[in-house]
Amino acid sequence: MANRRLAPASEQPASFAFSPENAEWAKGQIEKYPEGRQASAVIPLLWKAQEQNGGWLPQKAIEAVAAELGMPHIRVLEVATFYTMFALEPVGRFWIQLCGTVPCDSCGARELKGYLQERLGAPGHVSADGNFSWLEVECLGACCNAPMAQINQDYYEDLTPELLGKLMDDLAAGRPVKIGSQVGRTSSEPMGGADTLSDETLFDGSRVGAWRKRFEDQAAKSDDAVGKSEAVSSEQRAASDPKPAKPDSGRAVEEPPTDAPAQLNASGETPVKPGDKADAADPKESTAQPNKPAPSAPETIAEAEAAGAEAGTQSDLPRDEPPPQPVASGASADESSPKPTEPKTPSANAKEI
Amino acid sequence: MTKLIVDGTEVDVPAEYTLLQACEVAGAEIPRFCFHERLSIAGNCRMCLVELKGAPKPVASCAYAVKDCRPGPNGEPPEILTRSGTTKKAREGVMEFLLINHPLDCPICDQGGHCDLQDQAMAYGVDSTRYGENKRAVEEKYIGPLVRTAMNRCIHCTRCVRFLAEVAGVPDLGAIGRGEDMEITSYLESAMGSELQGNVADLCPVGALVHKPQSYEVRPWELSKTESIDVMDAVGCAIRVDARGREVMQIEPRVNEDINEEWISDKTRHAVDGLRAQRLDRPYLRENGRLRPASWGEAFAAIAARMKSADPKRVGAIVGDLTAVEEIYALKTLMGSLGVTNLDCRQAGEAIDPAWGRAAYTFNPTIPGIEEADAILLVGTNPRLEASLLNVRIRKRWRMAPLAVGLIGEAADLTYPHTYLGAGPETLADIAAGKHSFAEVLKSASRPLVIVGTGALTRPDGAAILSSAAALAKDIGAVTAEWNGFAVLQTAAARVGALDLGFVPGEGSLGFGRMGEPGALDVLFNLGADEVEIGAGAFVIYQGTHGDRGATRADVILPGAAYTEKNATFVNLEGRVQTTNRAGFPPGDAREDWAILRALSDVLGKRLPFDSLGALRRDLYAAYPHLAALDAITTSDVAATVDTLAGLGGEPGRPAFVSAVPDFYLTNAIARASRVLAECSSLAQTRGLEAAE
Repeated sequence: MANRRLAPASEQPASFAFSPENAEWAKGQIEKYPEGRQASAVIPLLWKAQEQNGGWLPQKAIEAVAAELGMPHIRVLEVATFYTMFALEPVGRFWIQLCGTVPCDSCGARELKGYLQERLGAPGHVSADGNFSWLEVECLGACCNAPMAQINQDYYEDLTPELLGKLMDDLAAGRPVKIGSQVGRTSSEPMGGADTLSDETLFDGSRVGAWRKRFEDQAAKSDDAVGKSEAVSSEQRAASDPKPAKPDSGRAVEEPPTDAPAQLNASGETPVKPGDKADAADPKESTAQPNKPAPSAPETIAEAEAAGAEAGTQSDLPRDEPPPQPVASGASADESSPKPTEPKTPSANAKEI
Repeated sequence: MTKLIVDGTEVDVPAEYTLLQACEVAGAEIPRFCFHERLSIAGNCRMCLVELKGAPKPVASCAYAVKDCRPGPNGEPPEILTRSGTTKKAREGVMEFLLINHPLDCPICDQGGHCDLQDQAMAYGVDSTRYGENKRAVEEKYIGPLVRTAMNRCIHCTRCVRFLAEVAGVPDLGAIGRGEDMEITSYLESAMGSELQGNVADLCPVGALVHKPQSYEVRPWELSKTESIDVMDAVGCAIRVDARGREVMQIEPRVNEDINEEWISDKTRHAVDGLRAQRLDRPYLRENGRLRPASWGEAFAAIAARMKSADPKRVGAIVGDLTAVEEIYALKTLMGSLGVTNLDCRQAGEAIDPAWGRAAYTFNPTIPGIEEADAILLVGTNPRLEASLLNVRIRKRWRMAPLAVGLIGEAADLTYPHTYLGAGPETLADIAAGKHSFAEVLKSASRPLVIVGTGALTRPDGAAILSSAAALAKDIGAVTAEWNGFAVLQTAAARVGALDLGFVPGEGSLGFGRMGEPGALDVLFNLGADEVEIGAGAFVIYQGTHGDRGATRADVILPGAAYTEKNATFVNLEGRVQTTNRAGFPPGDAREDWAILRALSDVLGKRLPFDSLGALRRDLYAAYPHLAALDAITTSDVAATVDTLAGLGGEPGRPAFVSAVPDFYLTNAIARASRVLAECSSLAQTRGLEAAE
């Protein structure tokens, strides 16, 4: 929905007044409401004014309705611009309001939109012959027969581009058309015919409720596989997009580290360079735990990470590399930790812990 | 009273309170945009979400009543959490949505520095955006000469729409379209028709509506702020004068529940540029028919030369509409010592005599008292133009409960429904005689209120009209022991103060009308009276601030200080004594008015007995003790005064009443010097012509 404005002055009629019979009808509408609540009749009156003016609301009609109901002009304009059912600019002889909300969209409204765009051009413009104009609107409440369109006062349902094209041709030529479903079903009964009471599969659990069993089977079958695939994908995401929750738009760009062990691991390189390991192995260089004799660094990192990953925790031992990104839950030890470069002995791990 | 637990503290609040009010009672701060305590509740910004225990989702505390909360399973009081994780997350989420389409304009936005969105984004927002799409762009709208729009910044709180519809009573703004495409606009971008439209920019929590005249001129942190009082009408609204250096940049409202709540009229707000233009910044002396700049010494010498030879009976003194009590007192003392009794302050020629009692010229029920009235008769007044904020109070009263308002005088749109009774004194006589149906309404009311405008008094039969209005008030029981239902609506800020000082002609002396006649006087001292014709013959000394009508007719001009440039006392239409505070110094050689009179008295050989404002006020308070009670109204015997007035008698004439304020925007010299108000005035006149067609 785009900004809704009144039609340009060149298209506005110089005046508007209800015809005698419409004025009488309007009086009846106003009388429905108690004294002091006449403004409640604004929608019926606008509707009638639109009908009288060939399907769209000119400025003078809005002012006439405001005067009739004793409302400020802006209050009537608010109502008229709120609803797409009120056309503020001239419409064609047949005004097509195409539903573009989700159910219609998933049943093919997009093709219809493309068709109308191709045949009539941009929405909101009257075709050269004056027959058609169209607009995409929100749900018109006929979702069971999606996709659908409202043309003037009537609904036309179960449309395809071909059916819509034929419908428009018929309307333009003045041939009779069928209101409602265009594929032959009555109102919104099932597509395959009226079998709700006669179809046994609807009641024996083979159709209704079958979805649950399907989900249960699927869940049981894929528990391991899903866990693994999630872990893999989160590992890859962590490597390529290290800060997913904190985008950097709007501030100084901070380059993500390119040599984090997780990234190196993902790109198939050795996570920790042998040179670094050698440096870290030097007890004089180590800043952590100065009182204790530092164990050999490479072993510590590799083994502690493996152990930490098994225990579901991150290693808190000193390291000379930036830490790997936090890994999403569900990752198992195999995928989440960098491959140790040296063979490890599980028993030695256990002892250290 | 209902018990509630807010963040662990138990509070006891009335059941009709909203959760937001209850939280404030408990001392918890709730952020908000759309909620405003003087407007209806909209509940559309969602910033005030809090966690209510037991509710499935956070609730909008501004729109949720305490009485709608359910107790806990064992009857515990309902519990509200304003600092919980859920509340914090809700606020962050709402703020993120609000900022999605809000431009990053802050460095060039006039609202920067006093912006609710800015402050609350700092306090409750998150530091980064996750929104990668294009922001919404909205066309700018023209909604009048006083409010500039930057509609991209609008967060759709609808405070402006609600203010105009509810408080101002001129529903000119609305929200067209819906959802993301909602836009605030006036009907086809016409100018707003309210005399209070500047307030919508104050109400705007973001920079979408800002004051057009001050666009790109001021930043809030570079202004020195002085609390003061407005003098554009007699209501005496509480204002804050914001000055940069010695230049007044803007005037903003201050809260005073007894007078203006928190609104001010456009005239009050935008007379600011009138304080800079057309100022008298040095003395002038007329020589050979032309005014030439002079020194103070020359000016005083010229006055002394004329005064020496003048007979006190041929000397007069008049004061205008913006004159403070201090200088009126100084002038009165000086004239008294010279033996001059031709004094008058009733510039418009009102038939009011202070001898009748103070209640004969004040608004006796007081402005908050309007809320207790249940029927109002307006005689010869259009309060919307003569006292806008008083009219707001009448409208507020009408919104509280049904109110019968009758109007005798010029037909006008008062912003609330009223019965138009007639145009002139004969309608008043009809009502008094009980011939009119409205007489029944007044009689059956328990607290009827008769408001007489100055328009009904500034005519030869003014006293007779005042008398018949007082008789009517007495007749309908408007003045009782607990209700003062007789009111005179003054239009000039100086008038009540001057009448309190008794600045009226003594026995057998000349009044305003007679003093203005050609040849009536030899010397006339004009203290700021600009709306008066002074005939040929008199030597006119004009002391004032602007090169307006008074200065044009002057032979000597003494430049004085405007209301933002002096500490001065004004008595408002209720009789409430208030003081202005100096926000800056007068331009050039101009001086505070009492000091000019003190210096002049020395030259005239009648030195006034005070050398400082403090000493002047000591004398003043000794002579008029009620002026010492600041911000208070000294009660007077209304019943006795009404009896006196009713006893005056007299035969009212035939002509219809005319309003005392023909042009709302141009009522005094400061307003007439303002370019902004001139534009408003011409716009209002065009609108008036269109409406007449």
